[in-house]
Amino acid sequence: MNPATTAAAPRRKSLASRAVGEGSAVRRMDGPLLAAVAALCVIGTLLVWSSTRTWASVEPTGLVKKHVLNLGIGAALLSAVAMADPRRLRAYAPVAYAAALIALVLVITPVGSTVNGSHSWIMLGGGFAVQPSELAKPALVLLLAMLLAEPAEGTDRPRTLDMLLGLAAAGVTMALVMLQPDLGTTMVLTVITAGVLIFSGVRKRWIVVVMVAAGLAGGFVWSLGLLQPYQVARFTAFINPASDPRGVGYNSTQALIAIGSGEIYGKGLFQGGQTTGRFVPEQHTDFIFTVAGEEFGFLGALTVVALLGVVLLRGLRIARQCEDRFSALVAGGIVCWFAFQMFINVGMTIGIMPITGLPLPFVSYGGTATFANMIGIGLLQAIHVKERSFSG
Amino acid sequence: MIRMRARFVVLHVTVMTLLVVLGVRLWQIQVARGPEFRVVATETRTRVVMVPAIRGQILDSSGRPLVRNRSGLVVSIDRTRLERMPDGGKAVLAKLAAVLKSTPETLRERIRPCGPGVARPCFPGSPYQPIPVDDAVTTREALQILERQEEFPGVTAEVQAVREYPGRSHASQVLGYLQPVTEHELEKREGLKASYSGVDLVGRDGLESVYDEALRGKPGLRRVQVDRLGKVIGVEQQVSPVTGDTLITSIDARVQDIVEKALAGAMKSAPRADGAAGVVLDVRTGRVIAMASVPTYDPSVWTGGISENEYQRLLSDQSGRPLVSRAIKGTFAPGSTFKVTSVSAMVKDGYPLRGTYDCPGAFMVGSRPFHNFRGIGLGPMNLHTALVKSCDTIFYRAAYEMWLRDGGMKPKPKPKDPMAAMSRAYGFGAKTGIDIPGESPGRIPDRYWKKELWAATRAQNCVRAKKGYPEVKDSARAAFLKRLAYENCLEGFQWRAGDAANFSIGQGDVLVTPLQLANAYAALVGDGRLRSPRIAWALVRPDGTMVKEIKPPVVGRLPISEETRQYIKDALSQVPSDGTAAGAFGGWPMDLVRIGGKTGTAEVYGKADTSWFASFAPTSKPRYVVVVMVSQGGMGGSTAAPAVRQIYEGIYGFGKDHAPAALPEPPARPPRIKPDGTVNR
Repeated sequence: MNPATTAAAPRRKSLASRAVGEGSAVRRMDGPLLAAVAALCVIGTLLVWSSTRTWASVEPTGLVKKHVLNLGIGAALLSAVAMADPRRLRAYAPVAYAAALIALVLVITPVGSTVNGSHSWIMLGGGFAVQPSELAKPALVLLLAMLLAEPAEGTDRPRTLDMLLGLAAAGVTMALVMLQPDLGTTMVLTVITAGVLIFSGVRKRWIVVVMVAAGLAGGFVWSLGLLQPYQVARFTAFINPASDPRGVGYNSTQALIAIGSGEIYGKGLFQGGQTTGRFVPEQHTDFIFTVAGEEFGFLGALTVVALLGVVLLRGLRIARQCEDRFSALVAGGIVCWFAFQMFINVGMTIGIMPITGLPLPFVSYGGTATFANMIGIGLLQAIHVKERSFSG
Repeated sequence: MIRMRARFVVLHVTVMTLLVVLGVRLWQIQVARGPEFRVVATETRTRVVMVPAIRGQILDSSGRPLVRNRSGLVVSIDRTRLERMPDGGKAVLAKLAAVLKSTPETLRERIRPCGPGVARPCFPGSPYQPIPVDDAVTTREALQILERQEEFPGVTAEVQAVREYPGRSHASQVLGYLQPVTEHELEKREGLKASYSGVDLVGRDGLESVYDEALRGKPGLRRVQVDRLGKVIGVEQQVSPVTGDTLITSIDARVQDIVEKALAGAMKSAPRADGAAGVVLDVRTGRVIAMASVPTYDPSVWTGGISENEYQRLLSDQSGRPLVSRAIKGTFAPGSTFKVTSVSAMVKDGYPLRGTYDCPGAFMVGSRPFHNFRGIGLGPMNLHTALVKSCDTIFYRAAYEMWLRDGGMKPKPKPKDPMAAMSRAYGFGAKTGIDIPGESPGRIPDRYWKKELWAATRAQNCVRAKKGYPEVKDSARAAFLKRLAYENCLEGFQWRAGDAANFSIGQGDVLVTPLQLANAYAALVGDGRLRSPRIAWALVRPDGTMVKEIKPPVVGRLPISEETRQYIKDALSQVPSDGTAAGAFGGWPMDLVRIGGKTGTAEVYGKADTSWFASFAPTSKPRYVVVVMVSQGGMGGSTAAPAVRQIYEGIYGFGKDHAPAALPEPPARPPRIKPDGTVNR
């Protein structure tokens, strides 16, 4: 906190008024970004409701209630992070990363649990569980930004040692996630790493080298057979969906049918027959966009994409306005993360991307993912608040 | 920072591009291809369940049901679902067999698709529809299946209308029967798919087939919403079925019963008889009041799938092919009943109606003598007596003279053929056009027909003429056949004097159906108009509104004067009292109801004679024409005529059993069906 501000503020002010009052962090946050996220969360809640209301095993609103609770926790996390000074965040980056790493290691020990074929959970009891790989995303962003923010003497490029350290940290994270195996998150982490590296100003030849190395690593993983057969099959099915319409191709075919049948205006909330009949699997998490497409139609689906676009473009704006290298790298990394995840998620439901288990940010049901996304937005807002207090 | 900002621009452009890509792709699948996906979605999301319409009833002329429906609990098997099971449905069939007290093998036979090399029982319908395997299960059995659906996947039990025949064997060949619609038919007939539900049956013969469309009604439809596991989660669309129209016929169930009993009695009285047919027509309208053929069968054998034994029995010669209606498909030489056309032809050709003709014991047709019945000469007589006593030689002579006038063996370019022409005017040699399928046109032989036949059989006859019939044991018969083949090979195309003579007394190559004969007599004793007979009288909606009344159309007029018609009718009116049928009608109260008619005893080579009696009553104002034919029944007067008498006894209530008259007068109007479906008699 700026000492001047602290001095000017009356000491009697409560925590609440400091949070939302005149000149508070919330007031200085980026409005459109916050509004877009809030709108996505509302739409997401409706879609989760619509897609889970026919479940016979849970009461009609059981999952929505849980989703709203998750959003509440997420909002609190967002506010807490947004109020923090980026410099302090930078100091905590190694701690956050270490915590994420420990959690990832715990997942592969007997502490972890398997849900839906993916061994990526730690059960907390009482129906709560965390998915450490989600939290690894903001943690890795912070760590990489911290390592690469300091340029080498007399240049604006990071030091080679820092770069190698960053790659090593990213490599370890990805390896742990790949052991679960979670191909989608690994890809997100790859994109984050690539993004932060590129923005930090590393030489183009290094970028090429890293890309080739990543490619080789990918091939290596493939040849080692670390990928599960279903993951390979998903890629084959993407290239030729007709190859197995009842099996792997089923998901993408049903997703296309659901979205396409929404036509321009959609069938209306709770009126989607494909959603009601639960033809698309995982329609409250990874395939939630199909519900938007069917029930809200082209206009609704386009709205969701536009709102996500607002999030990305506001994030980019924040990144570009940064005076501080660390903040810029964090913002850039987060935009890469959201952009990639959103494109893959929407893309797989409309048949232009292979099926990978990634939730749609702010819309899909999922506790840890919501928390991680909100932390991401919190980081963007913290940077924005800081930059605004510098400039204004 | 400058480099970093430059690289952010790249990210900016990338993000914009990705957003545009998503937007374009969404437009492509939701707007451009949206309607296409909507159709696919409806297909995946819903299942169409056809609700069969209740088939219309078939009633007799006073509203008694000939065919009605009872609701039965029907158990059906979805074969495609069984096939998809790992064990091919073995376990399910075994369990079902236990419930239905059947064997898995029987069930498996029932549901296999019919095809070449597959013996019945088999299922002739589409393999994609549920196959009924039992239509008479008890509620208990049905509940056993319905309550444990998870143990009987692919098996359903539901209430369906099942055809019921309250009269047992009544008019089986007239009513026809139902069979599942075959896949072939579904594909072939346009619009059929839409109007048939999966479990619908289609009329295969008789009235069920001709009036199939009206009787069938319109099946209802239930479009149910299902989830991805196929569980029904709601109804999206529902169209109620429309019950088929009721078909009111002019058949009188009691008269029909009397005719069938009379035929059965006639069969018993003639030891060699192998089939019989009876027709009762309403002279004034041309409607069919009864039409029967024996041997007959119980039409309920068709419901719920027919067994192989039963099916073979219906087709076999041994059981007399009960499926075939001898009344419309059986063709026989008409014998002397045919003489009414010969008299008509003679008068039309200039022979005096009231002239005197000699009836010698034999008449030389060319070089060959043609004999009277038993060779007895009856002396000079008029045409009246010729009909009553059934003299043959008068007609031989007339036919021979006509044949000579036509040029004999060297016919004129356009021979008059008065007898053939007259018999055609009576409706012989052509289908009557009755409203049931499979009618035979019979045969009126003439010079042209002979030529055609000769051309078709010449090669074979000429071979036989040389080689003879070595496989025929009886040497006399073999010699006869060889001579016949020789003659046919050499001059088979010739319409010889003998052919003409035989024709004049309804022998030789002339063939008629019992219905044709009845129809001809109805025209003769009625108003001189030839009608196309009808069994159906009216089609009525279930609520009683008339859809249409069916009238037998007039198709021709007898080319004879009123005087001739009256003369022939008067002659025939004498036959049961003084003529060849006097024996059969002894003791009949002629003063109350006078009956006219003509006997016929047609010779069939190698078989016993065909016995005919064609009759009408009352003679003053004829109302009924009754024709009975007994194949291999012997003399017309001794087998067919007594059966006809029995029928009249029933109709007018003159029987020894003192039963009330079944139908002294046919009803003038079809019965009214009240809006609640009951019949106003």
